[in-house]
Amino acid sequence: MPADATTTRPLAAPSPAPRAPALPLRWLGVLPFFIFVALFLILPTMHIVLGAFRTTAGDFTVQNILDLNTRSIRNAYWVSIQVSFWSALLGCLIGFAMAAAVVLGGLPRVLRQPLLTFSGVASNFAGVPLAFAFIATIGPAGLITLWLRSDLGIVLQAGLWNVPDGLQALLGEQVRFPRFNILSTAGLVLTYLFFQIPLMILIITPALDGLKREWREAAQVLGASGWQYWRMVALPILFPSILGCLALLFANAFGAVATAIALTGPALNIAPILLYAQIRGDVLGNPHLGYALALGMIVITAVANTIYIVLRARSERWLK
Amino acid sequence: MAYLDIAHLEKSFGANRVVKDFSLPIDQGEFVSLLGPSGCGKTTVLRMVAGFETPSAGAIRIEGKDIVPLRPNQRNVGMVFQAYALFPNLTVAQNVGFGLKIAGVRAAEAQGRVAEMLDLIGLPMAEFGGRYPFQLSGGQQQRVALARALAPRPRVLLLDEPLSALDAKVRVRLRTEIRDIQRRLGITTIFVTHDQEEALSISDRVVVMNAGIADQVGSPFEIYNQPATPFVASFVGTLTPIDATVIDPHQGTVMSGGLTLHLGRALPVQAGTVVPIALRPEAVHLGRASGREIVLPATARAVEFMGSVIRIRAEAGGQSFLLDTFNRPDAPPPRPGEPVEISFSGRDVIVIGA
Amino acid sequence: MTRVLAWGAFLLGMLYFLLPLWGMTEFSLRMRRDAYSFDAYASVLGNPEFQRTFAFSATMALVTILMGVLIVVPTAFWVRLRMPGLRPVVEFITLLPLVIPAIVIVFGYIRLYNTGSWLPLTGTAAGTNLLLAMGYTVLALPYMYRAVDTGLRTIDVATLTEAAQSLGAGWGTILGRVILPNVLGAVLSGAFLTFAIVIGEFTMAALLDRPAFGPFMQRLGQDRAYEPSALAVIAFVITWGCMGLIGLVTRTQKHTRVRT
Repeated sequence: MPADATTTRPLAAPSPAPRAPALPLRWLGVLPFFIFVALFLILPTMHIVLGAFRTTAGDFTVQNILDLNTRSIRNAYWVSIQVSFWSALLGCLIGFAMAAAVVLGGLPRVLRQPLLTFSGVASNFAGVPLAFAFIATIGPAGLITLWLRSDLGIVLQAGLWNVPDGLQALLGEQVRFPRFNILSTAGLVLTYLFFQIPLMILIITPALDGLKREWREAAQVLGASGWQYWRMVALPILFPSILGCLALLFANAFGAVATAIALTGPALNIAPILLYAQIRGDVLGNPHLGYALALGMIVITAVANTIYIVLRARSERWLK
Repeated sequence: MAYLDIAHLEKSFGANRVVKDFSLPIDQGEFVSLLGPSGCGKTTVLRMVAGFETPSAGAIRIEGKDIVPLRPNQRNVGMVFQAYALFPNLTVAQNVGFGLKIAGVRAAEAQGRVAEMLDLIGLPMAEFGGRYPFQLSGGQQQRVALARALAPRPRVLLLDEPLSALDAKVRVRLRTEIRDIQRRLGITTIFVTHDQEEALSISDRVVVMNAGIADQVGSPFEIYNQPATPFVASFVGTLTPIDATVIDPHQGTVMSGGLTLHLGRALPVQAGTVVPIALRPEAVHLGRASGREIVLPATARAVEFMGSVIRIRAEAGGQSFLLDTFNRPDAPPPRPGEPVEISFSGRDVIVIGA
Repeated sequence: MTRVLAWGAFLLGMLYFLLPLWGMTEFSLRMRRDAYSFDAYASVLGNPEFQRTFAFSATMALVTILMGVLIVVPTAFWVRLRMPGLRPVVEFITLLPLVIPAIVIVFGYIRLYNTGSWLPLTGTAAGTNLLLAMGYTVLALPYMYRAVDTGLRTIDVATLTEAAQSLGAGWGTILGRVILPNVLGAVLSGAFLTFAIVIGEFTMAALLDRPAFGPFMQRLGQDRAYEPSALAVIAFVITWGCMGLIGLVTRTQKHTRVRT
């Protein structure tokens, strides 16, 4: 059918009265979508971005951005980046290992579908209830915390192991190790992994499925060992997907508010919680500093994604 | 002593025996095809030679040395897969040089070998070396796959239906090229296909496989003209076997449907035995012709115009005959329902298994 | 060797996932000192605020699904049919909500649509509810668009449309009676996922100050000991239910495709 067919047919659904005859009528079909995203995605975001460069009176300024450079805000961003980075990196590694185990590791095929279904559930089991689950497990009165203390003499919060009698000859009476607290960076990473790992599994499984058996066999028959096949063929092919997952997981953790708030209350100083507190009660004393704080968050996730896009473009010359 | 000797090979998946007592000695430089329908075990045999499957029993020897205990990356064989087996993240030159790099060949030397291989397959280094697989046509990709398999100078070349994913025209051209290159390098080759025309046209010898067994091993000429089993007869070429009773085995006289046929050669069976016989379509003639002593009145039932050849199904005395006749612009073929005469010679009758 | 490593990775991973689930379930049953009981569940389910907020969030989810379908299906259809050049742009936009944190988007809403602005949505409860529904639609956009676009890829949009047109159908009929039924499975998948996301959403609801389920759970977490675990179990079951329904829909869709 010729492309101009729409202009010769009466349009029934989208709009009875086209007002801009200069624009081809087919644009009407996507107009609702663009109006929607303009009103509820683009404009609000732009408002924040532009607001970060304005004074209360409406004049242009970069003072808001400069004002971000305080000890507490710097610290909040830094903790946020650390939590997001580590939960993304560990999520990628563990998720990759689990997906590879099921897809390529020779595990029974019946495990595959349950794992994917469970990943769908767990990756969406985020927010407030996830925090509850972890508090009940390794919080101060959690199941594992109590079990470790009563049965093994390990006190997580204190970083102390009261070694039982049988092992004292070997280890001494007490062993010290880094303290663990669910309300800390490590605790947050541990909790975030609960939705990061399954997300990785969900995204990387199709990519692993895309590795053709013939590639492995062709490499083998040309003399390559399993490790050489992974280093020279499989990992380069998977690299863009893995990078994409890393960027997505990073953004996913960076914007997570609910889990952190339910886990620690407003006490933990990370960027999204600081912004949350600012929106609720202007704790920074300058509404436009809130804009700058939000802008910083956008910039950081945008940088993560730009790095991903650049690296991907470099590693994917061989793709159509 | 055969260069590549496959002896009493067996393979079972669970209770399913997919390869049964398969033996095949192959001489150096020989081009052998494994031909059969899907599931006949031909690919399994090839994959056992490559090392991707472990035989349940039997031996595979190259130059007298059993390679069964070796892993695929220790066997030094080359393999071309059905399709899409080029590494998509590597250029054409990197793909062809992959095996050399693994083998630790020095870069300069490897580059020379890669260029030589690319010349051999007609995709010169300067123009194609830097391309990625997705920038090549299917035929070009399979050529590169061939070059990649040949670059490390393998002892044996294994081709696993390398042409079946290609267009008909490319398929015919590429098979000629493959045979050409194989002759020039003198490399021992096993070619797996389900396409009988492909197997007959390029092989020194053809192995027709059915249900895990080698039904017949022979030159294309033998396979086509002296099929050893009804399966070979029906799978290779077109014919319909019918039963005939042997009247006189020494004179070679048989009877079928009230028709007495003189085959002109002795049959190694006793009188009264029922044997399957058949006629190739090209042995049956439309109208009378000298040297074709048997003439039958018949009715044309179906006429298939295939270009240079016209295939006619004619019925005579309740028996169907397929016959091929060359197209002649001045003589249109009979229409279905028209009475015709067909003729053939008893000497052209194929006795299956004799 | 590979298989041992594979089993190790798989089992360790599953241990990590099962411990918190076990922890929360065990904890939720411990409300009575001396014995396991469902007291925490009874307390939660009997809480009128639970019922109110859950009903509110469920309604929000349904509105969001409706909005999502109305916006995504015609757009994805039209882009596939008439404006394939626009696809990268639309795809990019639909992925933005994965990159821009929800808290930033809702911050923008609060400042852009406040009582003094040109569109004072936050001035009334109805307006704020609408804003929240729009926010949720934005959050669901990546999943909804993906699902529908994938569904459209499996059918021949152009031929179906031309066939319908040649039979005299208008655009409304084409979308509602030809395209939508054919991508119903994909739409339902997207809808259940949207439900799972919206029902427990916290950030937007809390900052727009709506009586939703997410903020209720968070408040309960501050005040009570055992009820939060019971809530977590309930939330997990709801999520599992949504994913199970997606699986069910996907399977039945495959069956119909094989049969026809």
